[in-house]
Amino acid sequence: MSLDLPSGLNRPTPDSSFLELLKSRELNPTWELGAGDAQALRVPEATTILALRYADGVVMVGDRRATEGHTIAHRRMQKVYPADGYSAVAIAGTAGLAMEMVKLFQTELEHYEKLEGTRLSLEGKANHLARMVRGQLPMVFQGLVVVPLFCGYDESESVGRLYTYDVVGGRYEEDDYAASGSGGREAKAYLRSVYEDGLSEEDALTQGISAIAAAAEQDTATGGPDVRRDIYSTAVLVNADGYQEIAEDRVAALSRDLVGDSE
Amino acid sequence: MTLPYYVPPEQLMKDRAEFAQKGIAKGRSIIAVEYADGVLMLAENSSSALNKIGEIYDRMAFAGVGKYNEFEGLRVAGIRHADLKGYSYGRTDVAAKSLANAYSQTLAAVFTESVKPYEIEILIVEVGDEPTDTSLFRVRYDGTLVDEEGSCAIGGQEEELTEHMKDRYQAGMDLQAALRFAAEAFEAVESRQIGPDEWEAAVLDRTNGRRMFRRLDVDEITAARA
Repeated sequence: MSLDLPSGLNRPTPDSSFLELLKSRELNPTWELGAGDAQALRVPEATTILALRYADGVVMVGDRRATEGHTIAHRRMQKVYPADGYSAVAIAGTAGLAMEMVKLFQTELEHYEKLEGTRLSLEGKANHLARMVRGQLPMVFQGLVVVPLFCGYDESESVGRLYTYDVVGGRYEEDDYAASGSGGREAKAYLRSVYEDGLSEEDALTQGISAIAAAAEQDTATGGPDVRRDIYSTAVLVNADGYQEIAEDRVAALSRDLVGDSE
Repeated sequence: MTLPYYVPPEQLMKDRAEFAQKGIAKGRSIIAVEYADGVLMLAENSSSALNKIGEIYDRMAFAGVGKYNEFEGLRVAGIRHADLKGYSYGRTDVAAKSLANAYSQTLAAVFTESVKPYEIEILIVEVGDEPTDTSLFRVRYDGTLVDEEGSCAIGGQEEELTEHMKDRYQAGMDLQAALRFAAEAFEAVESRQIGPDEWEAAVLDRTNGRRMFRRLDVDEITAARA
């Protein structure tokens, strides 16, 4: 096979966008929407995710449960992902669409970084994600909603930032905490009562994990710490050193302290 | 009406090859050296903005000599090829062999079909899990594809550099030794000292995690050569 050579400036779209490249090859995810009612469709839904700013950056936590109507579809789903070396994205809503969106977003950021030799600014990443959410709008009317949370470390300002989105691609920067998904309300209520500025890493992690556990108390679609099956939330943090996944042991220990099961 | 002159194909190809070789001979070389944890690529490049070496994918890198705009275009095309493939299938399905073949086809087509052949030579490097899985593919201006081993050089002083490295290369060097080895080869061939900020150096290193590509900064080069 032969290669696609770049054509310089005489193109309507930026050469460094992976999404545009997919579109030019007609490989981008698209859906032919029929007259059928997708509300009746039963597909796994990703539930509660949250993020909170702390002294050095942002902590992001997600539960592991995916539901299909009133049943549990998956117990070990991953909802928090690295977007690139300095940012993370978490997903709530229709799981299949959301995971595809994350994969495309990750590829887009890496593609840009390799072509341009520099990472997109945090603002640029957040804006691009907003565009991707907006692209899902036709699906929203079919009841297939994807709402991500995005956070990252702003290398130019040396500060962690946190963004929320609405279904039409509205992008909002939050300066304390945010939560989304079915248990998002409860998680936010919990964080409202305990959150303060300039938390330490340990405190921020504890609060994040506790908020998920609190949401699981009220919301059936949120999975709390499952000591019997050894399933705990996914927790990551983003700070000046970049994206970092919190080891499962550490999350497990923090979760067991919460439920008073210290082995 | 004037008829175009008939030029025999042998003559045409010979002229084109000479033209391309002349262009490449003007440019500075790049060396790739296998070491214990990966592959080092070293070029003499006084510009820190216009790179000759770049990342393609998780375990794959690109190096080009000759006309900048021509090999830069190929680098971009390579990243597109790799990212499309990795996105459609899986990350481990992106392999240097297929990319090197695509480059070879593209360069061969440009050589025979365009008004002017590309005045470049490129290198595709891939690092595997084991040192024996490493590949160094060199693609010439006319699409000729060569599979190298251990150490190799492309560009103007290719022959001299290869000759210099041939008997001196040892498998299993550490990164610092590989840097010294490559830098000494350049200095021996050019018979002059090259300052630490005149290098462009990058590695594909198995210890780097998923994305193995990393650029080396001036401090690291200075430390290795001290």
